Amino acid sequence: MPLLEIQKLTHRFAGLCAVSDFNFAIEPQELVGIIGPNGAGKTTVFNLITGVYRASEGSIKLDDQELVGLTPHAITKRGIARTFQNIRLFKELSVLDNVRIAHYGQIAYTPTEALLHIGRFRAEEKRITNQALDLLSIFKLDEMASEKAKNLPYGLQRRLEIARALATKPRLLLLDEPAAGMNPNEIIQLMEFIGWIRKTFSVTIILIEHQMRLVMGICERLVVLDFGATIAQGLCSEIQNNPKVLEAYLGVEVAQ
Amino acid sequence: MSKLPNASHSSLIERWHMLTGSRLFWAIVMIAGLAFCMAASTYEFLDLYLQLILIYVGINIILTVSLNLINGYMGEFSVGHAGFMAVGAYVASLLTVHVFPPGAQNLLFPLAILAGGIGAALVGFLVAIPSFKTRGDYLAIVTLAFCMIVKSVLENIDAVGGPRGLLGMEKLTTLPWVFFWTALSVWVIRNLVYSNFGRGVLSIREDEIASDLMSVNTRQVKIIAFVVSSFFAGIAGGLFAHALQFINPRMFDILKSTDILIMVYLGGIASIAGSIIGAVIYTILLEVLRPLGVWRMVLMPLMLVLLMIYRPRGIMGLKEIRLFMPLRDLVTEKLWRQKKKEAPDASA
Repeated sequence: MPLLEIQKLTHRFAGLCAVSDFNFAIEPQELVGIIGPNGAGKTTVFNLITGVYRASEGSIKLDDQELVGLTPHAITKRGIARTFQNIRLFKELSVLDNVRIAHYGQIAYTPTEALLHIGRFRAEEKRITNQALDLLSIFKLDEMASEKAKNLPYGLQRRLEIARALATKPRLLLLDEPAAGMNPNEIIQLMEFIGWIRKTFSVTIILIEHQMRLVMGICERLVVLDFGATIAQGLCSEIQNNPKVLEAYLGVEVAQ
Repeated sequence: MSKLPNASHSSLIERWHMLTGSRLFWAIVMIAGLAFCMAASTYEFLDLYLQLILIYVGINIILTVSLNLINGYMGEFSVGHAGFMAVGAYVASLLTVHVFPPGAQNLLFPLAILAGGIGAALVGFLVAIPSFKTRGDYLAIVTLAFCMIVKSVLENIDAVGGPRGLLGMEKLTTLPWVFFWTALSVWVIRNLVYSNFGRGVLSIREDEIASDLMSVNTRQVKIIAFVVSSFFAGIAGGLFAHALQFINPRMFDILKSTDILIMVYLGGIASIAGSIIGAVIYTILLEVLRPLGVWRMVLMPLMLVLLMIYRPRGIMGLKEIRLFMPLRDLVTEKLWRQKKKEAPDASA
């Protein structure tokens, strides 16, 4: 049974059809890439899955349970986490707090216990602080735990964003252009890093990407979007030579 | 770059932090403070004028620290704090004037204050609802409208004196009570800020959509923040009414909200220490500059302009002193242990 199943997903922004009739399924532990030119609707698909937008039509099911209509935090609690194309860390907060905030849904104490610092408060705080610091040390960020997120170099900010997403304990991780702004060398490192995350945290990953080098290197399957429509779907080798894909990326040759 | 704790607790600073981190220390400080206030008000070794100023300092600390929760920590811009204060002032005053028997006023006073806080909290809950969908300038307008509604409702109810106001309260607000409620508000808001929900409040300021996607229930967080903030504004209102022994709706208009805003931005956003500093400086300066007469109202705004130019985030903006940061030991202890495991020789 697929982990995530999307059927006939359509989304319109006042007349503009950002995503139309999108069908997609991903099995547990798979790594699938979504590619397409600018404005193809890739990020919109992520926004629909995570509940930032409410789908106009269609269904999104995680483990056979409908997600359309749920709030983003409810969807995150069910096991979907994401990163953003333009890094969206909590800039003025510490690296540690960035990760601790992602534990919000896992805390067992009530507001009253928090206001009076009684009951389970201290034990729970200790538990999540330890968890967060352990996660940071896995990502080699523990030395910067008390540093403000905005003071981190760009590459580490990307890494922190992935750590923060993993802190929500997802089964499905959505990475939105993780290689944006990276040089070829860094992209090779990132490829290894993503593969390592998949193994270590046993998560399923959907990856939006621009850079062909990255997707061809690590994805098993690809989905190609153009103007909201799915123009191709299949193994990397099939996609590479698909005339429709080449057309979308390179344009059509005009007869002279 | 990293701030790892000093492994040996030998330095004086470390000892001081250990001391201020203990509950016993705080219990002693609180009891000593309360005893001082009781002695001061019973034996009058502080003259009544000085006591009154201290009472206003306390009330202003409560107002500032509670508004800072919304405007500083959550990053919204509420100008309706005086409205919550009005609700608390009227609820508490109606209870002491019309409901409680004259003989038991002193005994029942805390109940009246508490009822004022609860009344304001209920109204705060209602104001939290538009904040789900509205942010920034738009929420500011909602809270402005709320403040005007409270004022005009009060002006049109004859049972609470209408525009003439309400009087007949005994002078029940004493220095020990103000100390108690001020300490309580600072403690509770500090507790909230350094909890899961407080981190939720901060994340809403930083990036609301990202925080929702990181599993923060933003609606729950906003309700908690508004209810707690307005509760303490109501408490401050009740104390204010029983210090002045007279209230009318005009006291709680937008100008009163502006006063509180000034104290928040003077002391610094998102800081408990800043809230206290801002409230103390503003209240005392207003008194000290009283001989200047009308010029006071020129000098104070001028100081604010200069402050905004040279320190736009206020005196303590986004900074906190260790005194108001609980549970730091959890972080430092764990980091220290990790460090020790990695490099056993270094810790010796």
